[in-house]
Amino acid sequence: MFDGNLEDMIMTTRLGEVVKWARKNSLWPMPFGTSCCAIELMSVLTTKYDISRFGAEVARFSPRQADLLMVAGWITRKMAPALRKIYDQMPEPKWVIAMGACASCGGPHNSYAVLQGADEVVPVDMYVPGCPPRPEAVIDAVIKLQERISRASGDETRQGAALAPRQEGA
Amino acid sequence: MNTTHPAVTDLRTETMTLNMGPSHPGTHGVLRLLLEVDGETVVSAQPILGYLHSGKEKIAEHRTYHQFIPYTDRLDYVAPLSNNVAYVLAVEKLLGIEATPRAQYIRVLCCELARISAHLLWLGTMAVDLGAVTIIFYAFREREKLNRLFEDLTGVRMNTSYTRVGGLAWDLPEGFESRVRAFLDEFPSQLKEMDGLLTRNRIWYDRCRGVGVISREDAIAYGLTGPSLRAAGVAWDLRKARPYSSYEHFEFDVPVEEAGDSYARYLVRMEEMRQARRIALQAIERMPGGPISVPDPKITPPPKRRILCSMEELIQDFEIVVFGHRAPKGEVYHSIEAPKGELGFYIISEGGGKPYRLKIRSPSFCNLSAMSKMVEGRLLSDVVTVISSLDPVMGEVDR
Repeated sequence: MFDGNLEDMIMTTRLGEVVKWARKNSLWPMPFGTSCCAIELMSVLTTKYDISRFGAEVARFSPRQADLLMVAGWITRKMAPALRKIYDQMPEPKWVIAMGACASCGGPHNSYAVLQGADEVVPVDMYVPGCPPRPEAVIDAVIKLQERISRASGDETRQGAALAPRQEGA
Repeated sequence: MNTTHPAVTDLRTETMTLNMGPSHPGTHGVLRLLLEVDGETVVSAQPILGYLHSGKEKIAEHRTYHQFIPYTDRLDYVAPLSNNVAYVLAVEKLLGIEATPRAQYIRVLCCELARISAHLLWLGTMAVDLGAVTIIFYAFREREKLNRLFEDLTGVRMNTSYTRVGGLAWDLPEGFESRVRAFLDEFPSQLKEMDGLLTRNRIWYDRCRGVGVISREDAIAYGLTGPSLRAAGVAWDLRKARPYSSYEHFEFDVPVEEAGDSYARYLVRMEEMRQARRIALQAIERMPGGPISVPDPKITPPPKRRILCSMEELIQDFEIVVFGHRAPKGEVYHSIEAPKGELGFYIISEGGGKPYRLKIRSPSFCNLSAMSKMVEGRLLSDVVTVISSLDPVMGEVDR
């Protein structure tokens, strides 16, 4: 009836591990590009640097279809509510990369109009320095984020507590 | 335009207000439009600006002339080199100095490479907006080569801050001319590839021809400049009309189209890339020797080695760094033909190292003002075509 070696054909693991593996290899970015960094973000997505090598090329301009918010550029006070709204519209679990000096800390724009970092309105997981950062730096941030996703314990709500089973961290 | 059946022409529906942006892939950044639509037809389009306003003009009042150079990168961040040149030319006009011949030629080279780079980005994004996604990968392949050259020259791929008041940050690196020439030599065949995919493409033609038409008179009245103006039949190019930085030494044609629609703007920019290549080649061939900075200790800081060894030079450096260039009282305006059009800096000086007021005349802002007129009565999908063909960069619009 069954003559194969069962161990060769079946892999046993924990559900949480599979879910994390799937999540980290299919991040769908929502490029929230406002300024210069958006142009460099386009380089990341296109020919030479090609972020699809890391499974994150499916850029979605609807936040409802994305789980990785890439804030690229300075965020003005006028823009801040829009950024927050987009973050809120994204389904859990979700992550945020602040690309560049402006999104991280306001950059050179220390003025009345600019937020001194996107983290004033959304929680940021990964900051990428540079003005703008090189595409390699952005790819590095994505890889580091993938590592963090695969290390995450199931308890962290922002890492998807609803889906990952509880026993995992124990 | 409206191919409605005669029996239903009298039917009117209530118009609907549709919000487009500020986060929308078709608005090239953070432009927000309030569209009033009657079915699929746009009744009016009201742009709402300020989503990228960073207060650069205010920041300028608290920076020395030298310190403001990096902020000019972040205006039209698609072509930072050309903004650098525009700004220092205005400051040099205020100080009453002129850059050395070599610096002027290198600036021309920078401007034209930046023009190619900016137009490639426009081509890629406009094609993506109209559904021809392939083109952006071709365009960015070429743009990456240019970014590599910019990195060679300035140390960074974007946001170059390469020019200095009275000259340049440093000279061309070794072998730079031959690398630029290698790029320019193969560029026409790469451009032809993109041209072949679009220019006589039926879908491209139908989506661009007759869309966003503006008449010659309206184009002038709205203050359009750059490719958008030349596509409406006005042969106005500041490089010819008011030559700066030795542009009078270069041979090139100014492409002009009569139709004033999106297709004409497309054709003009495609030809501008070929002309920019021509100018860049001439700049390399005739590159003069000599210093790259004005040999005036009040303008150009001495070399670092000498600052550390000599008291006199340390004081000169200190003066420039701390107090800035001592500008006389007065007002100047200087503008250049940037990739998007006339980019001008208007400086009011009360004397001293900082401007009293600095106004940036950005081409994207003025070009965008014609957008509402261009889309009225057109279909909703044409709004994207019109915005792309005007090629606004919001960093420059909001400043």
